Amino acid sequence: MEYEAVIGIETHVELATDSKMFCGCPAHFGADPNTNVCPVCLGLPGALPVPNEKAIEWIVMIGLALECEIAHRSQFHRKNYFYADQPKNYQISQFDVPVCSAGMLEIEADGRSTRVRINRVHMEEDTGKMIHIGGGGRIKDADHSLLDFNRSGIPLVEIVTEPDLATPQQARAYAQEVQATVLALGVSDAKLEEGSMRFDANVSLRPKGTGRLGTKVEVKNMNSFRSLERALTYEIERQTAALEAGEQIYLETRHWDESAGVTGGMRSKEESSDYRYFPEPDLVPIEITDTRRDAIRQGLPELPAARRSRFASLGLDPASVAVLMSGGLELAGIFEGACEAGADPKTIANWVTGEVTAFLRRESVQLGETPLTAEHLFELERLCAAGDLSSTAAKQVLVGVLAGEGSPAIVARARDLIQISDAGALATQIDQVLADHPEEYQRLRDGDAKIIGYLVGQVMQITAGRADPKVVSSILAEKARG
Amino acid sequence: MSSPADLTLAEAAAALRAGALSARELLQATLDRALLTEAELHAFLTIDHERARAAADAADEVLARGETTGPLHGIPVAVKDNMVTAGVETTAGSQILAGYIPPYDATAVTALKRAGAVIVGKTNLDEFAMGSSTENSGYGPSANPWDTGRVPGGSSGGSAAAVAAGSAMIALGSDTGGSIRQPAALCGVVGMKPTYGLVSRYGLIAFASSLDQIGPISRTVEDAVTTLEVIAGHDPLDATSYRGEYPQYRSSLERGVAGLRVGVVTELAGEGISPDVLSACRSVVDSLAEAGATISEVSLPSMEYALSAYYLIAPAECSANLARFDGVRYGLRVEGATVEEMTARTRAAGFGPEVTRRILLGTYALSAGYYDAFYGQAQKVRTLVIQDFTKAYEGVDVLVSPTSPMTAFELGSRTEDPLSMYLVDVCTIPSNLAGAPSISVPVALDVASLPIGFQIMAPALGEEVLFRVAAEVERASGWNDRRPPLVEADHGV
Amino acid sequence: MAFRVRSGPIYNRRMAIDIDIAYVARLARIELSEEELERIGRQLGGILEHAALVQELPTDGIEPTSHPLPMVNSFRPDQVIPPIERETALSQAPESEEGYFRVPPTLEAE
Repeated sequence: MEYEAVIGIETHVELATDSKMFCGCPAHFGADPNTNVCPVCLGLPGALPVPNEKAIEWIVMIGLALECEIAHRSQFHRKNYFYADQPKNYQISQFDVPVCSAGMLEIEADGRSTRVRINRVHMEEDTGKMIHIGGGGRIKDADHSLLDFNRSGIPLVEIVTEPDLATPQQARAYAQEVQATVLALGVSDAKLEEGSMRFDANVSLRPKGTGRLGTKVEVKNMNSFRSLERALTYEIERQTAALEAGEQIYLETRHWDESAGVTGGMRSKEESSDYRYFPEPDLVPIEITDTRRDAIRQGLPELPAARRSRFASLGLDPASVAVLMSGGLELAGIFEGACEAGADPKTIANWVTGEVTAFLRRESVQLGETPLTAEHLFELERLCAAGDLSSTAAKQVLVGVLAGEGSPAIVARARDLIQISDAGALATQIDQVLADHPEEYQRLRDGDAKIIGYLVGQVMQITAGRADPKVVSSILAEKARG
Repeated sequence: MSSPADLTLAEAAAALRAGALSARELLQATLDRALLTEAELHAFLTIDHERARAAADAADEVLARGETTGPLHGIPVAVKDNMVTAGVETTAGSQILAGYIPPYDATAVTALKRAGAVIVGKTNLDEFAMGSSTENSGYGPSANPWDTGRVPGGSSGGSAAAVAAGSAMIALGSDTGGSIRQPAALCGVVGMKPTYGLVSRYGLIAFASSLDQIGPISRTVEDAVTTLEVIAGHDPLDATSYRGEYPQYRSSLERGVAGLRVGVVTELAGEGISPDVLSACRSVVDSLAEAGATISEVSLPSMEYALSAYYLIAPAECSANLARFDGVRYGLRVEGATVEEMTARTRAAGFGPEVTRRILLGTYALSAGYYDAFYGQAQKVRTLVIQDFTKAYEGVDVLVSPTSPMTAFELGSRTEDPLSMYLVDVCTIPSNLAGAPSISVPVALDVASLPIGFQIMAPALGEEVLFRVAAEVERASGWNDRRPPLVEADHGV
Repeated sequence: MAFRVRSGPIYNRRMAIDIDIAYVARLARIELSEEELERIGRQLGGILEHAALVQELPTDGIEPTSHPLPMVNSFRPDQVIPPIERETALSQAPESEEGYFRVPPTLEAE
């Protein structure tokens, strides 16, 4: 029997607010353990939560960007479960009335566009972090665990799709589009490697063409878009094999093991979770009027879909647009900066998606960690347009700028890459080449225009590429005419 | 009167300002009284002599300059031990918090300090404020100053006993289902539960968050007003804190009740109420009529369901509020091979039987398959209770009833049957469900010379009318700050 | 006037309740012996029979009340307040290690 996959994605997005969701502790990443904590986020006796207004505004932004309905009135619930990284042993979350519901996000994958329905977008708080000591860091073999509550209480937005995705590629495209969206909104760092954006997937299989849903398995612990795609590919294969062997699929949570390339079952609890949700009595309802919602909508920045079509209208091919959009805001931002300064979009796009991207990958750095600016790109493009740099030299200059050697003009001079366009200056080198190649010189004089290309190449070689081939070519053509 | 410990707050404040008494002398008299009574009463879990003396000395220095910091300047105050105090052990009466030193002050405690109060210590309570007798304290029960073989009521039994005995001039209590008013009634003092949200809950170790409210326990209605004015106010650290105006209530004290409409709650005036209590309350109602109030009988049909709703809502909230006591970050830890086992053992060892019962009750009421029938239904009944009150207040300004169906009962007499203990709260619970203010005023002694409390209820934010009636009840009852036999020896009478 | 004695059943109606007390104790994470479970189960049965009276009242169309006063939108501005000292945070911990709270190993994954 042939099976098809039914995939739904839950995305957790940590908001980049200054302070935490329910207290004034700093919400930034990377502080020493237990230094960004207070009575509220440590769950000390007597402490009470007060919601961060900006986080509420930002979740509405996310909901609007995902074309959700915004609830006029929603409320927080307590989700009760014991876990040592959760200071109150309940999480303040939302249950039956999330801030946002019934949205949609359009993605491009497998050569077509798919509308992924968003079930809900709700507000909650993050947990602390647990480090397992001994036993190679594996939970079940650990000797003991250490707890850091810096992350406890960081605002967390959960975005839940309907089971509208059919392939791992679509799942990946969806995840990337969600990342691009929250980055465009400026509400999160959305860094998968730091965990400020996390994806869990629900996967089930059903006989192709049928409408019923199979038993779903939750897959967690994917720390990159690639591992999301790999984990889903693996899990679909695993479930297919199991079903074909007549085995049953169990409702369970499986963790993706990146190095082993497999998912493994983790929890063997007697009971399925009984979270005992009830309205959070320490908090009052959230009311968002139509006026407030519309004001937030007015303030939304350009979203990825709109930006993508605007880039396409500049004459960029879809592949370049995809690369520009994929690197978060940085690539698109520097591209736009250079274009706004007046540079040619296609040239800039070629550089950014070519040399710049290659450099970043090779050096494993972020664009922001390099000295390259939009102004640099503009300056470089002007040097080319003025004929001072060949396109080959421009690419070398770009690498020099990225490596911190200075501005394009400085790098071009330092690396001696300024193009020689002056006919007088080139005459000596041309005469030298003609003297060294008497046969070819003769053919030139005989009017054989085809030899010009070869001779230009020779001039380029002895000038180390600095000669302007157009000028050399026209001088040689003149000599041919005699 | 021989001891300054027997002054009312109003009298002591006047004496301090006049220079007739120093804060140090007043504190010493209070501490002496505690020394005399604590062996029998066990009203306090902690008496902080050092900090109290330092605060009294600081108050005297300010007085020496002819100034005062606030209305409680130099006044010895006791704080129920479920309100956190920076650097001073706070246990909420539970072994699970034995030795716990909080890093911050509850907002109400900060307010007391700002008003110049001298905090004497932390008072005993039923563990996590769950109980009506202080017998559920993890540190042993308190006794009633009127008869040390009897309970002081609860859960703020230590605070009520301390104020009655004079080992504190005023005290803070917390009231979730009657925990200020019922012990105040049983100890012959005034206990007031303000409108929900009027006093910040920040730093109050939560029992049931949607019902909990901090309020004053004092010997007179005037002192309750003074204390409430100090602790009430918007607190940005409590999202449920009231954001409107906070009026002064003092003018209510002299206004009388002429023209006010007083409703006697039918459902709280019959079965299950002791005859002495009923007859005392009947005379108070008669005297209110004489003072110009119009009396009518008002039926609140949902009242008989309020207790049931309360014993679902409060345990449900408590089951989540007490989940944080897990042996990880503070308090007791009983070792286990895994963190799960450690937490399960810590909670088994740290919580007393009543707290365990309520956590399990609440967990059950919220669990899959039972939520709608229990917790969900209880919340709807809560709506009906509020609707009943709203309807009643269309015809009357205040409602009255006994505070407690009975006077102080003997220690140990109700501990075996949890339900019989729950029934003690039948008159006080409705105000908590409605989030409305309510006060208990001592009005008489029963045949066994035990105090009887009279309860007045007002609509939410109706503190002004509440205090008008309370002041009249205080005057008309002729209670006149009667003192328990335990301290009469120290009176020199 | 006023306080008359009301006759009739008020607090003595009871309903039958089923309760899996061992399951509830696991959810609440309290380790209890068989004997304790049995005793508490019996007590809770009695209390719940009384609490179940709430089911007698018709509540069609009645909204549940989770907060006694009609308030909405109680927020704080996104402003950082200095955290407490780590030493203070850890001072009450039963066990700590190098700036962390320390606990025995866990059975369950997150």
